Amino acid sequence: MTGSKKKMLISGNEAIGAGAIRAGCVFYAGYPITPQNELTSYMAEHMPAAGRVFIQAESELAAINMVFGAAAAGARAMTSSSSPGVSLKQEGISYIAGAQLPAVIVNIMRGGPGLGNISPSQSDYFQATRSGGHGDYHSIVLAPASVPEAYTLMQRAFALSETYRGPVILLGDGMLGQMMEVVELDTGTKAPAVTKKPWALTGCKGRQPNIVRSIYLKEGALEKFNLLLQKKYHLIRQREQRYESFAVDDARVIIVAYGTMARIAKQAVMALRKKGKKAGLIRPITLWPFPASAFSVLGRPRQKFLVTEMSYGQMLEDVRLTLEGRAEVSFLGRAGGGIPSEEEITARAMRLLQ
Amino acid sequence: MQKIYSRPLSLKDTSTHYCPGCGHGIAHRLVCEVIDELGIRERVIAIAPVGCAVIAYDYWDFDVSEAAHGRAMAVATGIKRMRPENIVFTYQGDGDLAAIGTAETIHTANRGENITVIFINNAVYGMTGGQMAPTTLLGQKTATTPGGRTPELYGYPLKISEMLAVLPGVKYIERVSLHSPPEVLKAKRAITQAFKNQMDGVGFSLVEIIAACPTYWGMSPQKAQQWIPEGMLKEFPLGRIK
Repeated sequence: MTGSKKKMLISGNEAIGAGAIRAGCVFYAGYPITPQNELTSYMAEHMPAAGRVFIQAESELAAINMVFGAAAAGARAMTSSSSPGVSLKQEGISYIAGAQLPAVIVNIMRGGPGLGNISPSQSDYFQATRSGGHGDYHSIVLAPASVPEAYTLMQRAFALSETYRGPVILLGDGMLGQMMEVVELDTGTKAPAVTKKPWALTGCKGRQPNIVRSIYLKEGALEKFNLLLQKKYHLIRQREQRYESFAVDDARVIIVAYGTMARIAKQAVMALRKKGKKAGLIRPITLWPFPASAFSVLGRPRQKFLVTEMSYGQMLEDVRLTLEGRAEVSFLGRAGGGIPSEEEITARAMRLLQ
Repeated sequence: MQKIYSRPLSLKDTSTHYCPGCGHGIAHRLVCEVIDELGIRERVIAIAPVGCAVIAYDYWDFDVSEAAHGRAMAVATGIKRMRPENIVFTYQGDGDLAAIGTAETIHTANRGENITVIFINNAVYGMTGGQMAPTTLLGQKTATTPGGRTPELYGYPLKISEMLAVLPGVKYIERVSLHSPPEVLKAKRAITQAFKNQMDGVGFSLVEIIAACPTYWGMSPQKAQQWIPEGMLKEFPLGRIK
């Protein structure tokens, strides 16, 4: 069976679960919250069946700290939730970053603030890309735009978390979690080999004791540790930017969108191209590090940018920071259940092209 | 000359940062003696709390993880489920275990996780400067109960061990004290039992240790030891709870 493929029609939530299992995730802890419940159910069914650990935790706090423990013990571990639950996890994510543990956190975003509602949203971009919890840290943030991509990025998430020893967030929205698409599942039995983890807590037999910590009390020690983290983040910025660009070479208006919003934006670009209008799309796949390299040759005179999000302008800030005033940046966003439509995007792009 | 008593192998040869008369020193040593005697040092993974014992790994010579305040048992759950062959224990104070971590405490116990919990009850927050703990006695003066704890404003001392005893997942709970040599020996027996239970796969075991905090009780080390039977033990009677 090794290396064989199987096509299946599954939801984004299920694809994330399948991707995690394929990646060799051996520990999952979660707590019910809509619209990511299918993922928790998927793990409840498939993890024990594969001889792995599933725990329904008493809270999001407990779930993320169980993940902390499993990761400290050297295991590939993850948790998942949706916006209000991910707010609760921020404490644990900060500690995971501080203790340099590899772990994957899935956020299937819903509308906020507060309890909000369960409609798709992209309002947690700031929380995911700007630390989220306390302290100067970053999580790598991956944003799939389709169910098959959720499956592959989930596997990438585990690899990145182990390479850089830190939290990786898979950021989707309720639409991605709920919709079904055909995914080619890799049914080969072999998961990627576990990275060597000489720091892990396994009992000190045959070696000096290991300590997993994030406290540095001696004078200067915490600053030194923070500089180490910054060095790591610099390396990640250099190496791990990912994006998709579509029809940008001659484009006079470039739409910037991520996740499911990018699929609507792509439809708008294709509609504009049919009308002979020079439109293009940049779709960041890594939200942190933000793919500044996608913009390096752009921002020519008369080239305009249109950022569209299911929020009131969060990624917009990164686009502006990246372009540093080289080009005009407009914004079209809706949230709280509103989704910018293909027609709205097309109309706005047409105005910008006039 | 023959050496008949020495530092346990699991305890590092270092000077202490704990205050004179503090219970942590004795509790640390007892845990280390038990670990040595059971021959499990190389299998042990400890979880240190947030509180005065946050840097317990400065004293313990085996694998240790920190945990966020109150989350030690959630961290222990993650470790033990992934490494059931290891011996996993948490070491937590009253604020950590019975205030901010109450949910984790109750649910870890209720899941019957096969771990050992060392619970240090000194009725006060030490590291942050002597504030009221959930176990602070009525009338006890702290930084946040300057006129003494009154039930009307602050509620009652929380007997978390008695609360946990009703859970079927809990297999062993004993409350011990460190105020006199005979009590210290009893405490060691309880700690031994709690670790043996885990080795035998019995399930969740907790030892509540009544310990002195002379600094924030505003007493001399000697007076603080006397106050344990005179004050603490009236509210928290010693013995096997489950």
